[in-house]
Amino acid sequence: MSQQSFTQNPWSYWMKGDGPDSDIVVSTRLRIARNLSQLPFPLLATDSQAEEVVRKVSAAAKDEAMKNLADFELITMEQISPLEKRVLVEKHLVSPNLAEESRKGAVLLNREESISIMINEEDHIRIQVLLPGFQLNEAWETGSKLDDLFEKHLNYAFDEKRGYLTSCPTNVGTGIRASVMLHLPALVITQQINRILQAINQVGLVVRGLYGEGSEALGNLFQLSNQVTLGLAESDILANLYSVARQIIEQERVARRYLHEHSRTALEDRIYRSYGILLYARNVESKEAAQRLSDVRLGIDLGIIKGIPSNIINELLVMTQPGFLQHHAGQKLTPEQRDERRARLIRERLSTVTN
Amino acid sequence: MNCEECGKRPATLHLTKIVNGEKTEYHICEQCAKEADVFGGFSNFSINNLLSGLLNFDPMLKKEGAGAKDSQANQKPFRCETCGLTYAQFSKSGKFGCSDCYKFLGDRLDPLLRRIHGNIQHLGKVPERTGGQLKIRKELDQLKEALRKYVVSEEFEKAAEIRDRIRALEQRIAQS
Repeated sequence: MSQQSFTQNPWSYWMKGDGPDSDIVVSTRLRIARNLSQLPFPLLATDSQAEEVVRKVSAAAKDEAMKNLADFELITMEQISPLEKRVLVEKHLVSPNLAEESRKGAVLLNREESISIMINEEDHIRIQVLLPGFQLNEAWETGSKLDDLFEKHLNYAFDEKRGYLTSCPTNVGTGIRASVMLHLPALVITQQINRILQAINQVGLVVRGLYGEGSEALGNLFQLSNQVTLGLAESDILANLYSVARQIIEQERVARRYLHEHSRTALEDRIYRSYGILLYARNVESKEAAQRLSDVRLGIDLGIIKGIPSNIINELLVMTQPGFLQHHAGQKLTPEQRDERRARLIRERLSTVTN
Repeated sequence: MNCEECGKRPATLHLTKIVNGEKTEYHICEQCAKEADVFGGFSNFSINNLLSGLLNFDPMLKKEGAGAKDSQANQKPFRCETCGLTYAQFSKSGKFGCSDCYKFLGDRLDPLLRRIHGNIQHLGKVPERTGGQLKIRKELDQLKEALRKYVVSEEFEKAAEIRDRIRALEQRIAQS
């Protein structure tokens, strides 16, 4: 295994396209923020202190029990190019913050790419578990186990009253942020989404776009996550998120059935048009690609388009991002060149599976 | 209304900026907005900016600034004795410098945490190894207090029992 496989290969475990409720829940992510006591947070750490954190965390990852769970490879942000960093961001393996703003930032990745341990992000340690489908408890179990194994070797910054101490007060307490990536085209088409999003904000959860904080909800993908980290046990945080996500999933299913029964032709027309465009277009912008891929995904999930595995859509979603396109091309590309390459890539990928 | 910048195209973007209570309005067309990059300053807007906004409205900060009339604890502006982070730095970045910042801020953090989380007290996981020690330390404090009481009331048999428990716990801490 090499660092290249992480940046060359468009495939990550979360893109498998299966797992529970995978017709709506693309992936589940769980992130645990931890810090070492005795060392300043990354904001104020000197270079040598930051290096010490990388050393300590990667040494702890060599624990025998840890090796049974995951065989990690360490990648430092200094050793890879800006394009390679961007690819890791587009695959959700590191945060934009770690890639662009960290000092001595590094990540421990397992071969499957289902676990990434970010070092020197906003906090010293961010354990991230990324799974396909709706698997909140599974993600927490793995994350919590990793947390325990790290704690065997590292002294965490913990306070009885405030819990796990984090660089930003929005993460203090449990330090966990759980999120599910939901594909909600029918709620968007039937214009129910805004009402739902407003309700979500009132129950202590947040919705964001595909690439996290500040990103747009491209391709009808919405990331639902918990806001509160202090004063609730992990199990309660997860249960809240689970029950709200479950309700949204049911609403989306109802809306899909409604569209399928009441405006079947219009729905099929929309899906087949997008499919046709992706099969034949010569220039596709990233926003259009996301939208068309969403339509085709809906078509696959409703059984209207047959013979295309839905993991292809996840793969294409990542492969058509600007960083991946350019890394694949081995050079920087203008937006026009990217649109052309994007169109070609989608065309080729879709025609190999349909023939 | 025509664009204030070029005066030719209709103004389609209406922006109101309020800085320190001073209101400025812009009415411009999309093209001029792109050229002038009026939204440029907003592109890096993040949760941390919001947080520092919350903090600046915080009564505890005002107290610190005004000083004089308040109790001693509030008069001293916050500065973390371990990492040296000041309140001004914290309210700018919305981030702490080290884990001791929480200790030195103490209860003064309550209003901010309540606003973010609706809670101020952690519930949930406790680190297995170091958390166990915390629990023992807490128990030790309680036992020592009980010991003192028994000694004062001259209940020496009970005091001896407690003393043995304290020794056992102290040994456990030393071993871990």
